[in-house]
Amino acid sequence: MSRRIPVTELTPDFRGRAEEALADGQLRNNFRVAMDSLMSKRANAFQDADEREGLRELGNRIKAGALSHLPDLLEQLEQTLTANGVKVHWAETLEEANTLVHGIIEARQGRQVVKGKSMVSEEMEMNDYLAERGIECLESDMGEYIVQLDNEKPSHIIMPAIHKNARQVSKLFHDKLGEPETEDVNQLIQVGRRTLRQKFMDADVGVSGVNFAIAETGTLLLVENEGNGRMSTTVPPVHIAVTGIEKVVANLRDVVPLVSLLTRSALGQPITTYVNLISGPRKPDELDGPEEVHLVLLDNGRSGAFADAQMRQTLNCIRCGACMNHCPVYTRVGGHTYGEVYPGPIGKIITPHMAGLDNVPDHPSASSLCGACGDVCPVKIPIPELLQRLRQENVKSPEQPQQVKGGGAKFSRTERWIWRGWQTLNTRPTLYRSFLWAATRFRALSPKKAGPWTENHSAPVPARRSLHDLAAEHLNQKGGRPS
Amino acid sequence: MSARANILGKLRNSLAGTTPRPDEFDERLVTEPWRYASENRITRLRSLMEAVQTEVHLCCSDNWPELVAGLLAERGITNLLCAPGKEHGRALQTHFEATEQNVRLMAYDRPVEAWKEELFRNVDASLTGTVGGIAATGTLVLWPDRHEPRLMSLVPPVHIALLKASEIHDNLYDMMVAQDWAAGLPTNVLLVSGPSKTADIEQVLAYGAHGPRELIVLVLEDV
Repeated sequence: MSRRIPVTELTPDFRGRAEEALADGQLRNNFRVAMDSLMSKRANAFQDADEREGLRELGNRIKAGALSHLPDLLEQLEQTLTANGVKVHWAETLEEANTLVHGIIEARQGRQVVKGKSMVSEEMEMNDYLAERGIECLESDMGEYIVQLDNEKPSHIIMPAIHKNARQVSKLFHDKLGEPETEDVNQLIQVGRRTLRQKFMDADVGVSGVNFAIAETGTLLLVENEGNGRMSTTVPPVHIAVTGIEKVVANLRDVVPLVSLLTRSALGQPITTYVNLISGPRKPDELDGPEEVHLVLLDNGRSGAFADAQMRQTLNCIRCGACMNHCPVYTRVGGHTYGEVYPGPIGKIITPHMAGLDNVPDHPSASSLCGACGDVCPVKIPIPELLQRLRQENVKSPEQPQQVKGGGAKFSRTERWIWRGWQTLNTRPTLYRSFLWAATRFRALSPKKAGPWTENHSAPVPARRSLHDLAAEHLNQKGGRPS
Repeated sequence: MSARANILGKLRNSLAGTTPRPDEFDERLVTEPWRYASENRITRLRSLMEAVQTEVHLCCSDNWPELVAGLLAERGITNLLCAPGKEHGRALQTHFEATEQNVRLMAYDRPVEAWKEELFRNVDASLTGTVGGIAATGTLVLWPDRHEPRLMSLVPPVHIALLKASEIHDNLYDMMVAQDWAAGLPTNVLLVSGPSKTADIEQVLAYGAHGPRELIVLVLEDV
């Protein structure tokens, strides 16, 4: 399999990629149509505002409650899963997680892996890692399959191929699989079905993510519509689930509101076609299901976010994608512009702990702070508040303690100096008056270029007379101050 | 230090001096909006399932095998995977033998490895029982076992499921409590709410992605 060359690597920075995306009419149309539809589906799924708000509050309490004793829950999960016959592994880094997964596959001399949708495996870049070691790792979710076939990365966490239209998929299937061109979506899906059914049969190992891991019963819960998740976790003799340490919940009943919040927020569906609760490998008297089930618990920066009581709230996330569906920035620039595994508002607040804020310095400010993401978040993560916090972390001086990995990347001594000057000017009346006097007299000398501002605007020129001056004259003529 | 010790150590360190939040699960939020009069349960389940292209038939315990024969004939299906180890499997077998149906009944009686190719390529339909249904979301609940293994409801292109009207619960929470799921779950529990589908291309809904193209639910009204 060829190594993936993500399109996003072509332009190295967020701003450049955003400009390219904004100029791509097809891309913008694909996103606009899809996001409008997802927003209206969500609205239809939550018609009773009281019911919705009650459920969001409950979702928040369950996740925050779980995080408040996360280490105990993880140990309990390990214990119940182990009792059920599932092998639990721990990985601090992506490299460790990949090594673990590779080791499990090698122990079975596996050569073909089929994968259900998993964002954590995207974090790990597992497909590439395994491909370099001679193991084929094939995506089986239709959207992921399309994206993988085109050497791309997902542009949305729920709808990975949402940036493509049927014509583009048809051309891809024609070029890569030799299929006749058709824009009939049903026929395109049947191409995927045919190709992947053979792969499910042949696979040595199935890989999946996890939506919720239930500590009480030792259960991995997966939601999906296609059935590829069930195929990947049932047909191959080995199932490896990979997940972040924040996905654990205490009790089985907790998943009732969480699944409802997840599927309604993500797709506007009351429930997905399949909810798959896996509590162990095949038992001796059973006739199918994997002989081995493994769970890899991945940290990858999560414990760093956990250490900060405010940023810890990012770990409430249940990966529904509603924040990106409602984001005016995401809708216009698309998922690839972010250049990271998790795009959109949620990506902006969780990526710093994984990749370091210095690697994504433009993300916190790529927001109008309109607040839509926070309003729709099913577990009430205050995303705008966290974005503002990251903006502050972004400009911390090297002398200040850095609380977020890679903080202070946007700190500039010049900018700090300019603001200090501005502060001094505005807090000393005598200085301020002299400045006004000079600015109005010597207005012709004001600079013609003012950094990025004058790239799109004309340079500001001080007026002939200050507002102060004009007001004083007005009062002299009319007399008296308004009481 | 192991990764496990490091991760748990870091998390514990961050929680030092804090106490876990109290468990404030309010079950009313997941039950009260989802209660139905008993006569409305079937209607609710039916309308939700039909909205996602599921065929729902009302029948009773003595006429459903006949209905199955008709459904297979309509589709020109000549083989059916069903469980002779279950009461409903035997009832179907008896009916099909007595009426000399031109349908080959197959059983999932070997480990999947022994007949994977055949299961994937030559089985056109399957029939399984359910452990109940959920009115709130239009859902069937399956607990696969030795007689009706996990793949039986996934691989064949047509899945026929039997649902007893008396086992339709209002919502998932009620069902979990009524059947005491927390006391112990089988290796796999499945909630099925329609045939396999995808909207991954342009959000256009297409059925029969990887699982069954058709889901047919027979609601047995008298049991």
